Amino acid sequence: MKLELLDQTTIVFSSRSANEGFARAAAACFAARLDPTLDELADVKTAVSEAVTNAIVHAYPDKLGKVTMRLRLYTGNVLEVQIKDSGVGIPDVEKAKEPLYTTGNEERSGMGFTIMESFMDSLKVRSAVGKGTTVTMRKRFSRRAGAPA
Amino acid sequence: MPITVTHRDGALIAALSGEIDHHGARAMMDELGELIAARLPQRLVLDLSGVTFMDSSGIAVLLRALREMKRLGGSLRVTNIPTQARRVLDAAGVGRLITLD
Repeated sequence: MKLELLDQTTIVFSSRSANEGFARAAAACFAARLDPTLDELADVKTAVSEAVTNAIVHAYPDKLGKVTMRLRLYTGNVLEVQIKDSGVGIPDVEKAKEPLYTTGNEERSGMGFTIMESFMDSLKVRSAVGKGTTVTMRKRFSRRAGAPA
Repeated sequence: MPITVTHRDGALIAALSGEIDHHGARAMMDELGELIAARLPQRLVLDLSGVTFMDSSGIAVLLRALREMKRLGGSLRVTNIPTQARRVLDAAGVGRLITLD
């Protein structure tokens, strides 16, 4: 089934760690229009938190940079979240996605991509060294009784 | 992010609360580290009932506490885990390393 775009919004914020909570809340607010269950909403918040934290910690290790979060609603109760940075990029995306792999310090567990993959239906990572990284995730919410079509 | 400390049956119980993300993880890690260094518990129980959100940064907090308890020859248990935090811990397979009630 081809997905048709119903609505979208884009939020741009600086790579300060205080914005992790803001990004989670904003994504959850936008997604709430699809009438997700609390668990589905928690899944989105968790995945957004991981992607935004990656941008804040890894994309801009020594400076503040811009993080762009694009949220899209599609037909069929589908939410798409795209987190984009213009930071250092990931030299080997497949390696970065391996469980427990991290280039961060002991505050990082190396489980970010694993969690994004298990909490969302799909995860795409595009990255170019010196240019930045774009993470695109989609999740289809269950249709609850009484939910608008 | 406050940590409330109590004792029960010889174990030190530290109740964590609030949102545990990368923004708050460092402070929580340090606070827990100081608590362990000051009390030298044989058994540490982390009570997550007051945790309203946790991402993989919380895993790093738990693993650091586990390392420090192992260094003391003590044990760590995590208890009262809310659904969202449980899903994060399960997705990462943390149950293989730490006792999760």
